[in-house]
Amino acid sequence: MATIGNTQIKLLEKLCNACAVSGDEGEVRAIVLDSIKGHADTVKVDTLGNVLATRSGTARKHLRVMLAAHMDEVGFMLVAEDGEGIYRFETVGGLDVRQLVGKPVWVGHDHLPGVIGARPIHLTTVEERSKTIPLDALRIDIGPGGKAKLGDRATFATKFQRSGSSFISKALDNRLGVATLVELVRDAPPNIDLLAAFTVQEENGLRGAKVAAHALHPDLAIAIDSTPANDLPAWDDEDNPAYNTKLGLGPAIYIADTGTLSDPRLVRHFAAAGDAEGIPYQFRQPGGGGTDAGAIHKEHTGIPSLSVSVPHRYSHTAASIARLDDWKNYLALIQAALRRMEPDLLETDKV
Amino acid sequence: MPELLPFLKELVSAPGLSGHENPVAAIIRNRWKPLVDEIHSGKLGSLHGLHKGTAPAPRPSVMVCTHMDAIGLMVTGIKDGFLRLTNVGGVDARVLPGQLATVHATGAGTGAPSPLPAVVAQPPARLLPDEIGSNPAPLEYLLADTGLPPKKVAELVRVGDLVSYATEPVELAGDVICGHTLDNRSSVAALTICLEELQNRPHAWDVWAVATVQEETGLAGAYTSTYQIRPSLAIAVDVTWAKGPGSNDWNTVPIGKGPALCMGPDTHPALFKGLVELADKLELPYLVEYAPRHTGTDAFATQVSAEGVPSVLISIPLRYMHTPVEVVALKDIQRAGRLMAEFIAGLTPDYLDKIVWDD
Repeated sequence: MATIGNTQIKLLEKLCNACAVSGDEGEVRAIVLDSIKGHADTVKVDTLGNVLATRSGTARKHLRVMLAAHMDEVGFMLVAEDGEGIYRFETVGGLDVRQLVGKPVWVGHDHLPGVIGARPIHLTTVEERSKTIPLDALRIDIGPGGKAKLGDRATFATKFQRSGSSFISKALDNRLGVATLVELVRDAPPNIDLLAAFTVQEENGLRGAKVAAHALHPDLAIAIDSTPANDLPAWDDEDNPAYNTKLGLGPAIYIADTGTLSDPRLVRHFAAAGDAEGIPYQFRQPGGGGTDAGAIHKEHTGIPSLSVSVPHRYSHTAASIARLDDWKNYLALIQAALRRMEPDLLETDKV
Repeated sequence: MPELLPFLKELVSAPGLSGHENPVAAIIRNRWKPLVDEIHSGKLGSLHGLHKGTAPAPRPSVMVCTHMDAIGLMVTGIKDGFLRLTNVGGVDARVLPGQLATVHATGAGTGAPSPLPAVVAQPPARLLPDEIGSNPAPLEYLLADTGLPPKKVAELVRVGDLVSYATEPVELAGDVICGHTLDNRSSVAALTICLEELQNRPHAWDVWAVATVQEETGLAGAYTSTYQIRPSLAIAVDVTWAKGPGSNDWNTVPIGKGPALCMGPDTHPALFKGLVELADKLELPYLVEYAPRHTGTDAFATQVSAEGVPSVLISIPLRYMHTPVEVVALKDIQRAGRLMAEFIAGLTPDYLDKIVWDD
């Protein structure tokens, strides 16, 4: 069975260094199509840009299981030109404006280097430094005379790197999920129909997942995503009870977030698979946030859904951190849970 | 200097925070060695290279000061594998969240510090004092995260370890380079260009090429090197605030049209005038910047070292100073180097007689 080795890490690196701001996912889509080539029974790109790939199970009776991993990432769009290679921009997806200042960026499909600068500290006052610089005061500077196109997307220009057993990169949310789903397509369990959706526009309102779920019309769905680990110390050294997830404790099974109340049968099934096979997992603390499951579970007459995520720190910033072991256990847990899916999984009462 | 770009990238990629300049000093020493007659280090670590003049001894001497130290961060505490931080030199904490950094870890014992990749983290709001809200988190609340397990961090990292920016230098459109620590390694590169030009240009005066330490934390290198060398004249070379997003006031100059020559109390008016006239004669583009009080550069120190040294300041325009994404035009660096070389080559043995107050 597939696990995470050098090949998978190389793919993750390639996916992370690609730029795919919501609505402009082409670069990641091309990598996905190339990576699953020859491994799926059917592959199509739908009208929104989702990649839908299916592999049929061999058992006489089996569940049709949708696995959704969003390809898009948060980022920027150039919206006005000040001249001399300087552009105004807007954010796409949930970005804290405090994370933008002083960052190198890649602009457009050619990854033109640019930078979001700031006024030198010498010219600021103490009062000014205590205030957040608003978005409309920030610019992307690609150098004197540089030319980009209005409408070009931009992302943080962070190159994937490893630090011990951790990864440091932009867009680990959700290239970790995309790389995982590629692996699942390449090595699908025979007991189910695997319906893979590499979705677009998750960060822009779960728009790809909605039509993908409609088209695939599965019996159940699993959102393959990445979730924040807020496991940092509090400023006053008090306990941190609201950590969401912790790095190193394994894949995070969702019970409830803003968009979805997970189907309890699926929660129990995944936890039981982890227990039976000795794979560590954690329950994500119920709370805010959302995944593609938020759109999927309301399609058709309802699709029982669950999200399972890889924990990572500093989501939606230039540099997130995830652990290799969490990713290994993530793939192992999903594989174990899929392999253990009997056709009657959803015939039990919910509670 | 056709190889300006790779040399500049090598310079900005070398560690050398204020007070810990050895790694970058080694690179500069190596590069300057064939260009000077002798080279040695001052007691605080500044690098002094002498290129001898042709006039009979005792000759007057001109010192060119470029500070080589960089701003950055330092570890103040370790909590559950996360590092608490303070600043070395002037750092606006608003540029830090989400930055790539390198922790220079000394906990493993002797030898060079181990570089550990890290991220500067702004903790979620609920882990910060309530009053911060959506305002920037002050530096004392930011954390550096190496991604390593807490036990490993405790072994490797010690309080006092340095943390530097890790942004890779990159070229933007219009022959400009972007990266951290271009303040002031750009000026070190300009001085290197000057030394190279002087290889084929006879000059009467002795030239002291100096890479100073601890400029960002109080000009300690410039005070002490000037005192030790006792030059007849001093030229400080540093970067200055360039126009760009967020900075367009009177005290900023455009990039790509420099260097800038500084007028104000830190500089001697006769020297300033000499440089302006020379640039005009050479038809070399230049700008004038006005510093009505202190420049905060090495010129502020050279001017009042020992019994006082006539000083002048040449500035290279730079956008986004003290952020990890400083931006400099290569031609400003090249022109600064050329202007210095021309000025030095033109120094007659009696030039000092012209450095007078004309009132």
